[in-house]
Order: sequence, then C-alpha cells, then structure tokens
Amino acid sequence: MSKLGKIARRTFLFGTVAIVGGVAFGAYKVNQDYPNPFEGDPDKITLNPFLFVDQTGITLIAPRAEMGQGTHTTWAALIAEELDVDLDQVNVIHGPAAKAYYNSALMEAALPFLDYKVKGFQHGMRSFVGDISKLLGTQMTGGSTAMKDGFDRMREIGASARETFKQAAAERWGLKRSELVTARGVVTAPDGSSLSYEELAEEAARIDPPRVELRPRSEWRLLGKTQPRVDMLGKATGTAEFGADVRLDGMKFATVRMNPRRTGMKQYDATAAQTMPGIEKIVDLGDGIAVIASNTWLAMQAANAVEIEWEKAEYADTDVQFAQLKATFADEPNATPRDEGDVEQDFDGTLVQAEYNVPALAHATMEPMNATALYTADSLTVWSGNQAPGSVQSACANVVGLDPANVEVITPYLGGGFGRRAETDFSVLAAKVAKAMPGFPVKTTWSREEDMRHDKYRPPALARFKGVVKDGQAVMLDGQLASQTVLPIPGPNRENVTGSFDQPYGIPNYRMRGYLADLGLPVGFWRSVGASSNGFVFESFIDEMAHAAGRDPLEFRLELIRREHEPSAKLLETVREMSGWTGQTPEGIGRGVAFTYSFGTPVAEAIEVQDTGSGIKITNCWIAVDPGIALDPGNIEAQMVGGAIYGLSAAAYGEITFADGEVEQFNFPDYDALRMHTAPRFEVRILENNRYMGGIGEPGTPPAAPALANALFDLTGIRARELPLMKTFDLLI
Amino acid sequence: MAREIQVNGQVHSIDLPDNVPLLWVLRDEIGLTGTKFGCGVAACGACTVHIDGEAVRSCQVPLGDVSGEITTIESLGKPDNLSILQQAWVDHQVAQCGYCQSGQIMQAAALLSEVPNPTDQQIDDAMQGNLCRCGTYPRIRAAIHEAAAKMSG
Repeated sequence: MSKLGKIARRTFLFGTVAIVGGVAFGAYKVNQDYPNPFEGDPDKITLNPFLFVDQTGITLIAPRAEMGQGTHTTWAALIAEELDVDLDQVNVIHGPAAKAYYNSALMEAALPFLDYKVKGFQHGMRSFVGDISKLLGTQMTGGSTAMKDGFDRMREIGASARETFKQAAAERWGLKRSELVTARGVVTAPDGSSLSYEELAEEAARIDPPRVELRPRSEWRLLGKTQPRVDMLGKATGTAEFGADVRLDGMKFATVRMNPRRTGMKQYDATAAQTMPGIEKIVDLGDGIAVIASNTWLAMQAANAVEIEWEKAEYADTDVQFAQLKATFADEPNATPRDEGDVEQDFDGTLVQAEYNVPALAHATMEPMNATALYTADSLTVWSGNQAPGSVQSACANVVGLDPANVEVITPYLGGGFGRRAETDFSVLAAKVAKAMPGFPVKTTWSREEDMRHDKYRPPALARFKGVVKDGQAVMLDGQLASQTVLPIPGPNRENVTGSFDQPYGIPNYRMRGYLADLGLPVGFWRSVGASSNGFVFESFIDEMAHAAGRDPLEFRLELIRREHEPSAKLLETVREMSGWTGQTPEGIGRGVAFTYSFGTPVAEAIEVQDTGSGIKITNCWIAVDPGIALDPGNIEAQMVGGAIYGLSAAAYGEITFADGEVEQFNFPDYDALRMHTAPRFEVRILENNRYMGGIGEPGTPPAAPALANALFDLTGIRARELPLMKTFDLLI
Repeated sequence: MAREIQVNGQVHSIDLPDNVPLLWVLRDEIGLTGTKFGCGVAACGACTVHIDGEAVRSCQVPLGDVSGEITTIESLGKPDNLSILQQAWVDHQVAQCGYCQSGQIMQAAALLSEVPNPTDQQIDDAMQGNLCRCGTYPRIRAAIHEAAAKMSG
C-alpha cells in the first residue's frame, strides 16, 4: 500500500466512521497476537505473555503500574482464578515494555455515549475500540481501566494455561484431559498421582493452548472476595523496591535543577558548585543543569549552588490565566456534548446563577520524581516507576539517539502515581543525565521542590452556570466550562466537560458546553482528570439549585437521578441510610452530599463537618459506590477512602499558583494535605447493580470536594465558589 | 575523616562531610533503602528512624550530630519474622503505594513504646507529622490499636 494510502487508512480507523470501515483491517490485525516478550529466553518457560515458569516458580505479569491502587493483586487474581493457583504461590511483576500489554479499555472513554446509558450493542462497540488500542499497543495505566481491560482477557489466559498444563499431564499419563483436576498449581489424576505446573512446564510450552469456557461467578474462589495484597509484606518491611530504591554496582547519584519557567537557560555559573564535596560532574541540559555526585544530598547542595539565569516563561501568571479562561466564554464552544430540551426558552421560576473557579493542582506523590539509567554506546536501560513503559521506552530512545528496541524499561513499584507518572519527563531526564556518564548507572532524584515546581498540573478551570427551579423542581440547567485540556485532540473535546454533561440527572432542559483556552501551561492527568474539577462545580451548583428550590439537597438529587439511572439512585439512598440523613443538623454540625458518575462507576458521598472552636474539622464521610462487579471489596474500600482523601486534601488546602512564570509552592508546608488528625472517619458500602464493570482508582475523588463544600454551606451558610476551601473557611490544619 | 555510626546493631565507618543528613547516609552510603526521602524539610515523616528508641526525622539529623543507636525499618522485623506492629499492618492491609509506610511504622513503633495503649487523640498527636498521599490513615489507626491490644495482651 502507498504511504498515503496507509495514512488514509490510519486516519479512517481513528475517525468516527472508522467503526464501520475498520472492522476488516481491525479484525485481521487484532487476531494476530503481539509477540511474547519472554519467548526465546532460555531461563524461562512461557505459555503466554502473562505467565512464565522458571527456577523461582510461577511468575504472573501484571503490566499495569502498581502505584498503590492494588492493581497487581487483582490482576494476578484474575489469572490465578482460572489457572488454579493461589496468590501466595506466585510472584507478580510489572514485566517489560511490550506491545502485548496493550490496554484495551483506555480508549473506550472516547466514544460518544453517556456511560450510564450504555446499551448492549454499544458495549460491543466499546470492545471494538479496545481493539484499536491494541493496534496502538498502548501499555498505559490510567483512566481506572485496568480491571475493565483485564477482566475477560486475563481469566481466559489463566483458563487456557490451566488446560494446557492438564493436557501435558494427560499426555504423560495416557489419560484424557477431562479426567484430571487442578488445584494450587498441581494437576491430579483419578488415582491420586500428581504433577506440579513447574514439572509440566516444558511439555506444556509445546502444546497449542486450548480455548475453554470461563467459570461462572458462583464458582469463583478468589474474585469477589478480599485478597491479601501481593505487595503488602514488602511495603510493611521496607523491602519493596521503589524506583528511588534501585541500587546498582558503581551507581552515581544525581539531581537536576530545571528552568521553573519551562524555557531555556541564558547562562549559568557552576564554579562554586564544581568544587563542592562529592561532585563528579555538572551537566548542561540546555533548559537546566544536572549534578552527578557520590551522594544525592551532596548533588542537591551543589545544584542549589549553581548560579543560573533563566529565560522568561511563555505563559501568563495565575490571575491572567483566569482572565484568559473567562475570555473564551465569548467564543463559540468547542463542544456541546449534552443539549437536551431547550435551555434558551423563557422559563417561569427562580433563576439561579453562579460562577466558580478552581486552581491548578500538583500531584505531590510521596516519592519525588526519579529514575535510574545506564547508557552504553549501543543500549540504554531505564529503571523508572512509571505508568506508561511503552512511552518511556520510545521517549528515552529518542533523547539518547537509540532505536527503541535497544532500550529496556524496568518498572519497580511507584511511590504514588495519581497520573503524574504517566508522563515521561523524569525518565527522559535520567536518560539524558546517564548519557553524560556512559557505562555508569546514574540515579537522578528530584528534590521535593523540583518535583512540586515541575509537575504537569491539573489545569485551572472556570465554570458558569444558570439554572431554573420551580415548584421544588429543577427545570433547566445550563453550564459552561473553560479550561486548558490535558488531551489536545482536534475537534470537539469531551475530556474537559466530563463529570458534568454525563451525569444521570433527569433535568428536562440540560445543556453543557466546553470552552478551551490554550494557556500554554504544563498540564497533565490528575486523579479523575476533568471530573475532579467538574465534579466540584457541577455538584456545588446542583446544591445551590436544591437550596433555591427549598428542597433537601439529597432528596432533590434523588428525585432527578431516579428518572435516569436506578443504580445511581440506590447509592444516594444508601448514603442517606448510612449517615442517618434527616436534612437537619444540630448547631455546630454541617452535612453535605454529592454524587459523581465517572470512569464507569457512580459514587455518592455524604460528609459531616464540625466547628470545634479551634477550626472546622471534617468528622465523617459515608461513601456508597457501584462498580458493577466488585472484584476485590477490601481494595475497593481502600480506593474509595484514598480517592476521597485525595479529593478532600485538594479541596481543603490545594492550590498551585504562578508568579513571574514560576510556581509559588515549593514543598508540603505550602501544599499540605489531610493528615491523621484532619482526616474523617469513613464508612464505605459497595453495591453491584450497575450493568457493566467500572473503575475504582479514580471515581472516589470527584464527589469529595463538592460534598465538603456543601457541608460547609450547611454549617455556615457561606457558599464557596472557589477552591481551596481554606481561603473561605477556618479549617482545622 | 571517617566517622563511626551504629545502625541496626552494626558499626559503619562513614567518610562523608559532617553536614550530610543521616537519611542520605543510610540510603546512599549504607544502602538501607527502607527509610524514604519525601520532602527534606521534616514535613512528611517518610524518613523517620529511631535514635535510641526515639522517632526522629533522619533528613534533619546531620551526620556530625549522630550519637546513639540508630534503628531503621529493616531491623524492626523481617518479611519472614514480622514484629507485632508490622503483622497488624499486614492484617489490616494498610499500605497502598507504600512509600510512606516505613516512616509511619517507625513513628507508630515509637508511640507504642511510650504509650502502650494510645487513645485516638494520642494517635492523632503522634502521627500527624507523617503524611500519606494515598490516604491510608483509617487503616493505620486500626493497625495501631490492634498492635497495642496484642502487645498488652
């Protein structure tokens, strides 16, 4: 095919019409499996890319980044369920960067359906789009997609491997496969003789794996029940290896100091730094410097001693950014993903109007950005706790001038991700620094200040709402949202409107419009992405409408949601029951509720706050969640609590501002989060009424901020229309 | 001039400037990576170790000021021989990303040695310097209460 033809075909595949035209090509390519990265390794016997057997026993590959969300444990449980092994018998690793580890669920979100209204045929179409993701070989952890992606595929992998081991045993014993049983990695014959999977591995590797039916849920041993996490022992003993903990023979320790305005360097003077103790080399990176030393702290001291004159920023400061956002409302909207009824008609009733703004936010993972790299003339190895090994591989290859095939990416545990480690910048910098010292492994660790001031931030956003209520009912809601998108794609962009247009509220006249401003800021995916800011503004405004209508905010929501999506309505009823919600609170106590449907999972949260006299404390949080199928209830509970704390931390204290092109927050004292004494008590209930499986890593975050703001309104009568809430309220710190 | 420090019962001879914080001696010189770098300004607690049984932020203790026996997470218990506190951590499935947990556990261990049966208020007071961005606080609290009960029982 001509080059032009290929490009046309590719474009065709990803456009909307592609769904029809792409099938033939898609089906062909999709049926061809990507190569198994372990094939041909003499030390490992491998049946498929997700399972190998070597002298250490059985290893399962969970190629989704373990950043705390428990994905390794549940991913391994999907394989182990059908493989008939237990999690205490297997080793679970991230595995290499390989196309075989594509994420089939990641692109589903791009489809133009309201998730809560997905029908059977649309669900089929979602798996087709998943196939496109296979064509791209996307090995990304993000979008709360790991379990949606792995649910069928990994159980099939486990089942077919199990039957392969049985077939190998059957051939050795001269029996039929159907006569044999499996448990705990052992095949047993009717006469009681048995062979372990390890003993059968070599024969099994030569057998064409049979396809088998998956077991029904009633037969599950592991899934649906809380599993002990495979990483817990290491994390409770300090022995789990994070990116920062990688230690190699002859390793050097480096740090970087990059332009906080994201442009270049005019000049620098490293004379003083050069002579400081332990310093081996100072590297000019063009837009900053690196110091390579014998100790990370010595490197950081020297980096701070380098005198640098930076170029100016190409973006504006915070107050101007908000003016730029506001100006976009005069333009045509970029997207109008929901426009039901006619919001422009004349309405009888009470008009409610409000404007909100939300700040940029840093990820502030506990483990500062870092990566280790070893460069030789013809190869590069990168140890990086990252969410996208395929992108790390190609970006690092590019920066050192090697073919990606000669770049190996090793992924240790991630000390927090929240979207930050989906970026490649910290790995690329480590590769550049290592290239300055060929033959030596070099670990490049950012200071906390460098980490906070060189993040890819959750974009600041502005919202404007109009609503009409009449006779206690919402009759119209018209919202406009403006931000810089984290997902620059041509055409209408749903990402920066998500969490607002796609909510199951049966409001007869309901329109949401998105406006894009290219602020030029370094922005990125922040746990729950657009739904994090939009959940706050949308659910705050729903609350304003409820109060304007003279209704209890929970009952007001329940009535509207029941019209659209019964499983979501049940969640509101559940938090009502859990919290003993009466709509009345005693003096000094406030309560708020919020609901957001994101990443395929609806979540309702109710929050109680108390005026302690020495600051307002968040005392309680009740959460009801419906992930469709609860694969690991204990982990889902942990993710709901963690997601809510992440959202509450940002809502209460989080704000990134720019002045003279530089971020004004340096470290945790300027960007704090909930702590032991400020975190509420939690109660979580998991329901399983939703039709399809949703994600769990992110959906706990969006309703947290509005539930808190609504509770603070209930307590004080003051409506916060900007974040963080500590600007408006005397919160306990 | 090399300086001797005692870590987990072993004497190490360290040839680094006196102002290098203990954290970076442990991690980059001795290779004890269980103790984590989080902020460098004593605002997160990830680097918590014990010096003579007392919880300290190792990012704030210069090598030249170190005196006494240093204990890190590595000697509190081993994966095949957990301390009661670590067992409670496993039983309550506390960790998510896990990066702050060494510091949390060392802080909690110091609390329990001083206050064998802490109240919620005492847990709040002792643990509020230890940040966890994953939000594992409720399980940390539960694990501390359980370990306290087991130690006194």
